[in-house]
Amino acid sequence: MSNDINVNPGLRESATFDRTTMAEIRRAADTGIYDIRGFGAKRKLPHFDDLLFLGASMSRYPLEGYREKCNTRVTLGTRFAKKPIVIETPVTIAGMSFGALSANAKEALGRGASMVGTSTTTGDGGMTPEERGQSSKLVYQYLPSRYGMNPDDLRKADAIEVVLGQGAKPGGGGMLLGQKITDRVAQMRTLPKGIDQRSACRHPDWTGPDDLAIKIQELREITDWQVPIYIKVGATRTYYDVKLAVKAGADVIVVDGMQGGTAATQDVFIEHVGIPTLAAIPQAVQALQEMGMHRKVQLIVSGGIRNGADVAKCMALGADAVAIGTAALVALGCNDPKWSADYEKIGSAAGYYDDYQEGKDPAGISTQDPELSRRLDPVEGGRRLANYLRVLTLEAQTLARACGKNDLRNLEPEDLVALTVESAAMARVPLAGTTWIPGQQF
Amino acid sequence: MKTIDLAESSIRELNQALHDQATECTEREWAVLNPRGQHNIACGLDQNLAVDIQGHAGYFCAGMNKKAHVVVHGNVGQGVAENMMSGTVRVKGDASQAAGATAHGGLLVIEGNAGARCGISMKGVDIVVKGSIGHMSCFMGQSGSLVVCGDAGDALGDSMYEVHIYVKGKVKSLGADCTEKEMRPEHIDELTELLNRAGVDEDPRSFKRYGSARELYNFKVDNADAY
Repeated sequence: MSNDINVNPGLRESATFDRTTMAEIRRAADTGIYDIRGFGAKRKLPHFDDLLFLGASMSRYPLEGYREKCNTRVTLGTRFAKKPIVIETPVTIAGMSFGALSANAKEALGRGASMVGTSTTTGDGGMTPEERGQSSKLVYQYLPSRYGMNPDDLRKADAIEVVLGQGAKPGGGGMLLGQKITDRVAQMRTLPKGIDQRSACRHPDWTGPDDLAIKIQELREITDWQVPIYIKVGATRTYYDVKLAVKAGADVIVVDGMQGGTAATQDVFIEHVGIPTLAAIPQAVQALQEMGMHRKVQLIVSGGIRNGADVAKCMALGADAVAIGTAALVALGCNDPKWSADYEKIGSAAGYYDDYQEGKDPAGISTQDPELSRRLDPVEGGRRLANYLRVLTLEAQTLARACGKNDLRNLEPEDLVALTVESAAMARVPLAGTTWIPGQQF
Repeated sequence: MKTIDLAESSIRELNQALHDQATECTEREWAVLNPRGQHNIACGLDQNLAVDIQGHAGYFCAGMNKKAHVVVHGNVGQGVAENMMSGTVRVKGDASQAAGATAHGGLLVIEGNAGARCGISMKGVDIVVKGSIGHMSCFMGQSGSLVVCGDAGDALGDSMYEVHIYVKGKVKSLGADCTEKEMRPEHIDELTELLNRAGVDEDPRSFKRYGSARELYNFKVDNADAY
């Protein structure tokens, strides 16, 4: 936020001790406790912007942008479930809890997703009637905390997502500070009102992949094998995690890269644990291909997806669908400049706000304050999210047609090149203008 | 009484038959023969049934139970009655780790011993163990009661919230923020009622009560050494 125009050009800021770093040192010295915040990784990372599509020309045949069909429908959970989920666009809404988000925000997510025929997901706080009522396809998360977990809601779900971790904090549990534990949130989580709620980071009744296989069988038995079971992991040792998830019996695997958002955790966790989404996808796809399960066990990728190009690039690298969280909240109004004055009152600014844990969100999204929550109209929020999802889908189709593909899932790594050596190595596509894929023989 | 022999029928067939009773209850009493330690026996029940499992059961026996009354005439594996909502589960033998994990309601009685993490993250269930329990029991327990007629292992009640823990024997060590508390008359009454429901003949006045010191409910820099 500095105004560099007024800085004496003779003054040189340290790249190592920049102003943000020094501010954090001062904050730590003042308080004696680590910084807790929401949002995802803010550092610069190799990302989808480092990839480009090779559009069709002489050697490839493009499709007409406005006439020829490009399929976006995807079926998830075809391995074991009697009732797989069919989504009309491969962009789903990631798990976010009631508690972290207001009831209006959860309802808006459900409305928006339903309008375009895709799924939304519960979070670490159970299923609310508003969310179930407005979500035509609802994925019910099965988390280590098991807050609000009950067999009735389990049977109401269209899919079950066993959460082992998330990209913002692989190896860490959820966190919801006392100011957001209202009567309703406390009741849903069986906790005293006003405490700092620290969710477990490990599941309480199983350890390791062999146990997980039995746990998944239990969930299938309870739901009579009707609905798909997803396994969600934060992107770290993705190759091995995906293989173990397949072995444990997953129908769908969700891989969440380190750009994935959170409602609250330590800043040091967000910025220093996990790998970028770009690096995780090829590992996951390789694991599936080696097991002969690519496209049989579907892969959903999340973490930093913002536009249709990101969607198309995920699909080209081998994903079957993507999930968005932060981008969906921005579509609802998170960090909107229209609340600039209110952001400044709480020491932040539109575009920078990440203190979701404080419950003071001027946009009424990451809060339980009734007055702030009323600022978000769930009907209007749902309409905005649906618009945004349509744009993502149209953009992805545009790129797929340009590459000559009549289905988003026909995009392939061969359609991509990389702008940097790092992204070429991570995505396993050639550096633009070369045939060189770092780390691979040629 | 309806009998299902797991030497001839699959777990799927058993559970589907029991689940079908939630829609239309045609038989309240069920016997399960030859369980042979198989996993996920009688999980997801949602009807006032009496299910008699005649042998040992594996993981997650009676998981997410609602309304049903399940008796296991043997030992059980990990996570018996996990996330139970209501009803009763009685284990005649010993239970492996995570017995009654995350359970929201109902009564779990273990007539033998229970392993590590008994009552982990419990959310309202009542658990009565006639024998002893292993380490880290009631870890992050939120609500309900845990009664132990024998001894408790290391780190009892670590990071717990509002569970009432009653132990008759020795406690090897208490976990973070767990402390011994006064046994007031209302606790004697509660324990008496729990022992009666479980059919356990013990003197409630011979137990000690443990609960949360509530010092770690909110982040404080001064508590950093507790973690």
